[in-house]
Amino acid sequence: MSQDTLFDKVWDLHKVANLPGGSDQILIGLHLIHEVTSPQAFGALKDKNLKVKFPQRTVATVDHIVPTDNQSRPFKDNLAEQMIDTLEKNCIEHKIKFFNIGSGNQGIVHVVAPELGLTQPGMTIACGDSHTSTHGAFGSIAFGIGTSQVRDVLATQTIAMNKLKVRQIWCENKLSNGIYAKDLVLHIINQLGVKAGVGYAYEFAGPAISALSMEERMTICNMSIEGGARCGYINPDEKTFSYMKNKLCSPQNENWGKAVKWWKSLESSDNCIYDDVFKLDASKVEPTITWGITPGQSIGVNQKIPSLNEINPNDQFIAEEAYEYMGFKPGQSIKNTPIDVCFIGSCTNGRISDLRVAAKILKHNKVAKHIKAFVVPGSEKVAKEAKKEGLDKIFIKAGFQWREPGCSMCLAMNSDKLIGNQVSASSSNRNFKGRQGSPNGRTLLMSPAMVAAASLTGKVSDVRDFINK
Amino acid sequence: MSSKFKPPIGNLSQISGKCISLVGDDIDTDRIIPARFLKCIDFDSLGKYVFDDDRKTLKGNHPFDLETNKGASILVVNSNFGCGSSREHAPQALMRWGIKAIIGESFADIFYSNCIAIGIPCFTLPKKSIKEIQKYQDIENLFLEIDLFESTAKAEELKFNLEIKETSKKMFLSGEWDATSKLLENKELIDNRLNSLPYIQFNSDSF
Repeated sequence: MSQDTLFDKVWDLHKVANLPGGSDQILIGLHLIHEVTSPQAFGALKDKNLKVKFPQRTVATVDHIVPTDNQSRPFKDNLAEQMIDTLEKNCIEHKIKFFNIGSGNQGIVHVVAPELGLTQPGMTIACGDSHTSTHGAFGSIAFGIGTSQVRDVLATQTIAMNKLKVRQIWCENKLSNGIYAKDLVLHIINQLGVKAGVGYAYEFAGPAISALSMEERMTICNMSIEGGARCGYINPDEKTFSYMKNKLCSPQNENWGKAVKWWKSLESSDNCIYDDVFKLDASKVEPTITWGITPGQSIGVNQKIPSLNEINPNDQFIAEEAYEYMGFKPGQSIKNTPIDVCFIGSCTNGRISDLRVAAKILKHNKVAKHIKAFVVPGSEKVAKEAKKEGLDKIFIKAGFQWREPGCSMCLAMNSDKLIGNQVSASSSNRNFKGRQGSPNGRTLLMSPAMVAAASLTGKVSDVRDFINK
Repeated sequence: MSSKFKPPIGNLSQISGKCISLVGDDIDTDRIIPARFLKCIDFDSLGKYVFDDDRKTLKGNHPFDLETNKGASILVVNSNFGCGSSREHAPQALMRWGIKAIIGESFADIFYSNCIAIGIPCFTLPKKSIKEIQKYQDIENLFLEIDLFESTAKAEELKFNLEIKETSKKMFLSGEWDATSKLLENKELIDNRLNSLPYIQFNSDSF
């Protein structure tokens, strides 16, 4: 059993009681809600005649269903309109702070909370969304919950949960030029598999992780869940503190020093105990792309799609399903695979640094003729900053559509969808069957830089050929 | 919000029913309920859309469409079932289709806790036993009697020793698996714990 890791310290601090069944009652320091997984929870509160216990500890925004082309109200999609309307009403009724469209602070919940300084080291953070693990980049313990647990947090500010085990993922050396956080996390998931994280929190550590910016760290923690780990985190350091300084909700004035002192004390101790440790050499990571239907089915851009006998016997069944669904053959190169749609955005890679990297590659270039390319900033703040830097113009000039913030085609709850068996080069997090809105649509996950490179050639390309020019 | 569907309440100790086998690893929640059906403010209509894309692709040959599986209530699956999104809509859709318990090789974390929260016990069995049940299913429908206290599943000639997390088992047997009321009992402890958190002291609530 793990001892004295950041996870242990934060868990113990938030433990309210041992529950009769044997699980722990854990206090949630920050609760984030959005329009998709909260309405039924508010409905259940009403059914039980309960109130929101600490409304000031819940913050709402709207992201999943928002259209990214025209956000004027009412939305064209009646169901989407009904959902945002329900969230607005629930927030008013229960006195919950809501960052609505046009507030300047709306966006994907996992982009918004860190940029507002709501996400802080040492907090427990829960949200009805599996990518809540993103917030672990700050040294918080953050995880996705279902709607019944959203109800529990609203009613009690706590949930019943079994303590997770802790696996440290030690990333030696540094990423090479042209290799990004997305490549590293896809590589990690490939190495460990998509189920290895079940029952675990992942602690990402080592020189390669320390070298990452806060936004890159968010990309890593965001995809913990794709490796099965509900929670992923990184010990806070000077980069964490400098990112947080002067954010709207960060501790201010004399409280700042107190906060930093406490945050530093949370770090996993030198003699802490992990349930497991996994080590890898980050300098060996290549630009990584998924070829299949789980985020674990990935290869380097210059590798070939593995044949069955190269795949772990436990993963062969899903590999066969992937060959068939994707229309790929074992031994086939992934490089030069034709692409139809390019999507840059999502809670994984929709931040300003992602847009900067992509824009740098697109500058003075044109998207291939047949490609539909669009970029969806992760939040209104990201969009504002991008415009200030002129990135929107670079994207548009290259042939990308510049959209309004939201989750968009990561999960295709709005009108941004693949059609038929189109292939998308996507900076998002899931390549599941049908994920991007078409029951036979195909998704290749990659870094935003790789999406930009693919948009120019119209096929899977090695981004290093563009940045080393 | 009133709905016709009555979710389970009270203690759960016996579940008997027809099995429905769904072969495949890493079946994610996007497949169980595609995102377009999440545009709803209640769970009522979800039952008929469970596995909608997969069913359309298989044109009537999906296990959830087969006549022989009508009325089945025990779902038998392989490994990492329910991975991906945290959407509780997935187990809610399964429950509204008629699923009362799931037996599988393994389950994704969030899916598992969502199932437990709404009253669907999830049991695990080794790969070999799952294969045995799924093979049997090819010939005729298997009826299983699950005894939660004994942690067994029995048919005429078959008996399996099921695994279930001790915490989940206790909750179902005691009937105290509706968490909210249990959590509310510790009202004072919650207040004390919250007020003792360092970050409550150095953060203002003024956003």
